[in-house]
Amino acid sequence: MEKTEFKTKLRRVAKAGFFNFWRSGYVSLASVLVMVVTLSVIGSAIFVSAILNITMEELRNKVDINVYLVTTSAENDILALKTKIEALPEVSSVEYTSREKALENFRLRHENDQITIQALEELGDNPLGATLNIKAKEPSQYEGIANFLNEENILSSEGEKIIDKINYFENKVAIDKLSRIINSAERLGLVLSLALVLVSIIITFNTIRLTIFISREEISVMQLVGASKNYVRGPFVVTGVLVGLFSGFITMLLFLPISYWLGGTTENFFIGFNIFSYYLSNFLQILFIVVGSGVAIGAISSFLAVRKYLKL
Amino acid sequence: MSITFDNVSKKYSDNCVALDQVSFIIKPNEFVSFVGPSGAGKTTLLKMLLAEDKPTEGKVSFFDTDIHTLSGEEINLVRRKIGAVFQDFRLLPNKNVYENIAFAMEAAGRPDEEIESDVPHVLELVDLGNKIWNFPGELSGGEKQRVAIARAIVNQPDIIIADEPTGNLDPANTYDIVQILKKINDLGTTVILTTHNKGVIDSIGRRVITMQDGRVIRDDIAGKYIL
Repeated sequence: MEKTEFKTKLRRVAKAGFFNFWRSGYVSLASVLVMVVTLSVIGSAIFVSAILNITMEELRNKVDINVYLVTTSAENDILALKTKIEALPEVSSVEYTSREKALENFRLRHENDQITIQALEELGDNPLGATLNIKAKEPSQYEGIANFLNEENILSSEGEKIIDKINYFENKVAIDKLSRIINSAERLGLVLSLALVLVSIIITFNTIRLTIFISREEISVMQLVGASKNYVRGPFVVTGVLVGLFSGFITMLLFLPISYWLGGTTENFFIGFNIFSYYLSNFLQILFIVVGSGVAIGAISSFLAVRKYLKL
Repeated sequence: MSITFDNVSKKYSDNCVALDQVSFIIKPNEFVSFVGPSGAGKTTLLKMLLAEDKPTEGKVSFFDTDIHTLSGEEINLVRRKIGAVFQDFRLLPNKNVYENIAFAMEAAGRPDEEIESDVPHVLELVDLGNKIWNFPGELSGGEKQRVAIARAIVNQPDIIIADEPTGNLDPANTYDIVQILKKINDLGTTVILTTHNKGVIDSIGRRVITMQDGRVIRDDIAGKYIL
């Protein structure tokens, strides 16, 4: 007997899978609906993790150390200290504010406060020292940097102390708390998203298993006429892939108006994060994850579910 | 292809004996009917032939090959040489008549051109040429059984197994199905039939093996339905 080519078999399996999907209308619709819920959960997990990451990043950027320098310290001593701090591996950036700039900022901040401005005028001299604003790569690294500045006896070229005050120790409690909140929020977010994703995958798997349970008689008939395991399984896996594909595209379509609607709210609530612009700028990545997850869940669920009814 | 049952027994876990030391030989091109009351072991016997179930003792052989020693893939090859027809038709509900028959050919690895020419031809043989695009749900019982027969014969098998094929049919359709089976046998295919229907057995007038309580109690060359 003439043997058919692999390509012909593949075409037959794909065609049978497509017809199976199309002809079992309500069963396919039910699978697609459940899969859309699962993929929405997966998609939402992507958005939640983006919100968490961006918010955390914003919060992290708000944490810093201000080193107040004595008013008499010379600019080249300060710049030398700046270079020294920048050389620390934990430090991400150091910003220098000169005495004049500090005064200017002070004036700007208090431009409507006549009494303060008047008091400043009466002083005659600039009472403000220069500052160094240090940002670390990780919130947990601030303590090390502050300790370094505290322990190193930093002196000017004339041997005088140039650091007046480091505000880290005052902010330490707040910074520690924030670090803990950031870490817990990230961990909780991850665990919750994983749990939700897992539960919805299990529900989808069971739905697909039910649809294949309906076809168990068919599977046994296919085997009785001598079809090989792969030839029986193939169309069901193709149907699962189609359920995943359709659900993936439907989910992506649903995200469009939902993220548009939520865009303004998220922008106000989370510092500068607009879910709609995030959706548009990461469209391809999200599409790949959502559709890819759908196809993978559909194919694997069908593969495993058919296996139960395959004898021999 | 001769079939040998050699002291075949089948016991289930609750000590129920479905087959008890059954032995017989079916020669190529024979038409053999198995008769007996419900629970006599007829269906179990056919399941052994299709390797759907394994005997507890004894051997079921096609020529000299014990079918239950074969691998899954080898059993598939044997099954492609057997056409099976059942009381409940067992058609694929989501496929139309053409696709149901084509599926058996595809499973056997037949090329598209052959499928396209053979399926309409075999449907003409069972007088269903006008129902080629209908789905099983749109057919009568007799038509469904004729589709099942068409599917069973389309690969020109060596053996046709028909498990109570007329059980759900009216007398006219029963007559048609028996005539088709006789014609298939006349063309050189071994036919194994199980039935309750006395009229069917008496009209065929070929070998009859009578079973009761899992044992063969009679084996007549040109038998009648006697219980």
